This record gives sequence, C-alpha cells and structure tokens, in this order.
Amino acid sequence: MKDTVSEINPRKDWMGLMAKAPQGRVAALLDAEISRPAFTWLRAPELGSTMVRAGATGAAFNLGEMTITRCALTLDTGEVGHSYIQGRQKADAEAAALVDALMQTEMASRLRETVLKPLQAEMVTAKAARAAKAAATKVDFFTMTRGED
Amino acid sequence: MYVAVKGGERAIQNAHAWLAEERRGPTDIAELGITQIREQLSLAVNRVMAEGSLYDPDLAALAIKQARGDLIEAIFLIRAYRTTLPRFGASEPVDTGIMACDRRISATFKDLPGGQVLGPTFDYTHRLLDFKLAADGEAPNAPSREPETGNVPHVTEFLNREGLIEEVPHDDTPPPDLTREPLEMPADRALRLQALTRADEGFTLGLAYSTQRGYGRNHAFVGELRIGSVPVEMDIPELGFSVEIGEVILTECETVNQFTGSKTEPPQFTRGYGLVFGQTERKAISMALVDRALRWEELGEDNVGAPAQDAEFVLYHADNIQATGFLEHIKLPHYVDFQSELELVRKLRHEAGAQQVQEAAE
Repeated sequence: MKDTVSEINPRKDWMGLMAKAPQGRVAALLDAEISRPAFTWLRAPELGSTMVRAGATGAAFNLGEMTITRCALTLDTGEVGHSYIQGRQKADAEAAALVDALMQTEMASRLRETVLKPLQAEMVTAKAARAAKAAATKVDFFTMTRGED
Repeated sequence: MYVAVKGGERAIQNAHAWLAEERRGPTDIAELGITQIREQLSLAVNRVMAEGSLYDPDLAALAIKQARGDLIEAIFLIRAYRTTLPRFGASEPVDTGIMACDRRISATFKDLPGGQVLGPTFDYTHRLLDFKLAADGEAPNAPSREPETGNVPHVTEFLNREGLIEEVPHDDTPPPDLTREPLEMPADRALRLQALTRADEGFTLGLAYSTQRGYGRNHAFVGELRIGSVPVEMDIPELGFSVEIGEVILTECETVNQFTGSKTEPPQFTRGYGLVFGQTERKAISMALVDRALRWEELGEDNVGAPAQDAEFVLYHADNIQATGFLEHIKLPHYVDFQSELELVRKLRHEAGAQQVQEAAE
C-alpha cells in the first residue's frame, strides 16, 4: 500500500523525521552545530492544510484536514532544500529546509550525526516510553479451574 | 426575511468588551494557558479537532479558550479558520494497520495477537468524584512494561481469512469532498463517512443508540477499537516522491454485525466503520453503528423507516455548525417579518370578530 522502505530514499526519511520533530528541536540542533549559511527563498514559509485521507477498509474517504507549513530555499552553492512539516511553524519549516539542502552538501555526514541521529533517537525514546505504558495495560487472562472436572 | 438594522454599534462593542472580561474571569485567579488546555483538557481538544475537521491541537486549544469552553462555538471558530488555509494537497490513505496503539481492545475475541491493551481509559473507573484532583497533588506516574514489537493486526482480518465477513474491495480513487462540493443525495459511502467523522458527537451518539434500541436494529459487536498515532504521508510534486508530513492520533472502530445473507450473499458478518481524529472513542463507535445502519440498501436489508437508515435525515442534520447557524439565526432581529405576521393575525382576528357580530345579529 505505502512505501515505508527506507534504504532506497534517505531524503524521504530525513524529511519525514524533521516533519514530526517537536517544535524548535531541528533549529536547536542545527544552531548548536553550525552557523546558518546564506540562502535565498524559492518559496517563503507559508501555512496551509492537507486533506488527510482514510482508506484502511474499502473506499478511501476524506477524514479532515491538518495544518502544515512548507517552504523551499536555495543555498548560495545551488542546493535546493524543501520542507513540509506538521503544524503552523514557519521557523521550524525554515530549519528543516536548510538541513534538507545542507544534507546535499559535504556537510551531510556531520549533520547526520549531530541533527538527524539525535532527532531519531529522541523520537524512538518517546515512542518506546508510550508503548511501554500501553504494554503495562495489556490484560493477562488466566484460567480458573472449574468444579466439574 | 430579515433586514439589516442600523444602530446598536455601541451596545455591541460594549457587549464584546464585557464578553472578554467575563472570559478572563476574576483576575486574582491565574489565567488558563493554551498549553494547559492542550495537555490537560485533551479530550475536549480532540472533539474540537474532529468536528472542526482540522487536526491542530494548539488551534483547537485556543478556540476552546476563546469560546469559554463552549465546544460547538470552538468548532465554529476552527471551521472558520480552516476556510482561510490554502490546501496544499491530499495525503495518501493513512494506514491504521501500522498504528502505534495506545489502546486496542476487541469485544469479540478474548485472546488475539497483540492482546487486549486498555490504554488510558475511563472504563472500569468507579465514576466517583476524585477530590484529590481539587487539591494540588503529586504528578501521577504510570507503570511501564516491555512492549511487543511489530504491527498489531486488525481483528477483522481473522474473520476475513475464514470468509466469515464481507469483503471490502480496496479502492484508492479520489473520494468526493463535501468541503468542496455541496453534499447531495444519494451520497456514496465515502461521502457518508466524511460527513459522519465530522458530525456532532451527541447527534451521532443518539442515532447509534436508537439503532441499538430497535430503530433499524443491526446488532453490532465492537470487533475492534484502537487508538494511537499514524504517520501521514503526502506526495510532494516538486520532489517526485512522497514524504511523511506529520503524525495524527486517530480512533478507529470496526463493528462486526449480524447479517443473514441475501439472494447474492451467503450468511456472514458485515462491517460498520468509524474513524475519527483524536482519542474520541464514543464518537468512533457511534459512527460505526450509524455507518452500518445507512448501508441497509446495498446489503439488501429492509428499510424499516428508522431515522438512522435515512441518509438524508442523518447527513443533513448531523453537522452542528450548520445546525447552530440556522437555529441561532432566529434570535437575530426579525422585526419586519414579525410585523407582517402581527398585521396578518390582527386582520384575521378582526375578520373573525366581524363575522361573529354578524352571526349574532342574524
């Protein structure tokens, strides 16, 4: 149904990771590592919506919209960065598009270690904590021995 | 007909100023923050997102604050804001099969892969007021346990393997959108589901309850109820591939309903489906029951004239913003309308009186 294979398109992965990051987190990790390079807007950050579709059973239907922010920019060295992120977060969209562009430069491996990997680790930790709480509410049935043999 | 009336500007301004003051309440009490509403009144936030048809917890929390806790007013604010947003596209159909489940229960199978996971539920609480919450207490701490890995399978898949439940062919054709085209009858299932997922919770609950009490009975079991987050993926034309643009929390309910079979179908179980933004389980179960009731025609069942079987009745009255708009407009000035009614009644009374006088004289 949907393509969740990661190896074939790392860009898809890092864009998805940054789209789901907590507010301000990408910018904080980026700014802790480098001073931002000069860039030109191809599309300044803008707020909009996406219609979320459902379709697990039978025909797809429109579930409702979600807010998103998008932007596109180009570095002075020519690389183009895009971002589409959840919510109304222009500053986050800018940081995500910058990282997207920089990941196409020789900065890639450095940013992978200092921005993407910590983001990924934080997300895994948060999800695991929630999953562990859910697991603690799993019912363990046990069978009672009944009288009639 | 109602006509525009000039005047009252100062009264309106002052009324709105007083509204703002009443909203804030006594200033010796701490002001409620948006993040407090978002995190501590999250089920209200979820309802506003679901019926406002816009997933954005911060905006929903703001709307609740602005509406002084009137959730329908908050939904109105969200709907109005939604119309100002340019739409960048539509997502791929979200896959609830890969949901990170906070809660997943089945009323039909006790032991099932993935198990019965209760999650943060009100079920099995004693519904006794907890006065500890009125005092400042310590932050509670939930226990943890090593989670299982892997996706949690859908319960209906088990029935499907045996052919005991109706097949629903998968179909990814772009569905109709009632926010773009007016809702017209007959409405196909995709359109009905869109209308139901944003429908008023109380209205949907009442209709669902009516089916349980016999008005279009279709005896539903909750095959599965799951709540959790799923990624939302959208095709980005300028990139030529799709990316995850975020995550939403959804509640999904699949009901399993008795079906005795028809001329073309053997006896088997049929499905009702509910899927709603947020942790909104009463609404999702209600939606599934009403969805199933509305399917009487395609399943060859009798129309017993029950309200929940009448798509036009259900869909045209389920939207609380439409309903509120029309209902509440009658409190606005209708001076000219009423003046003409008044004239008419006076005239009729005058004529009736004259006739009586004449009859008495004869």
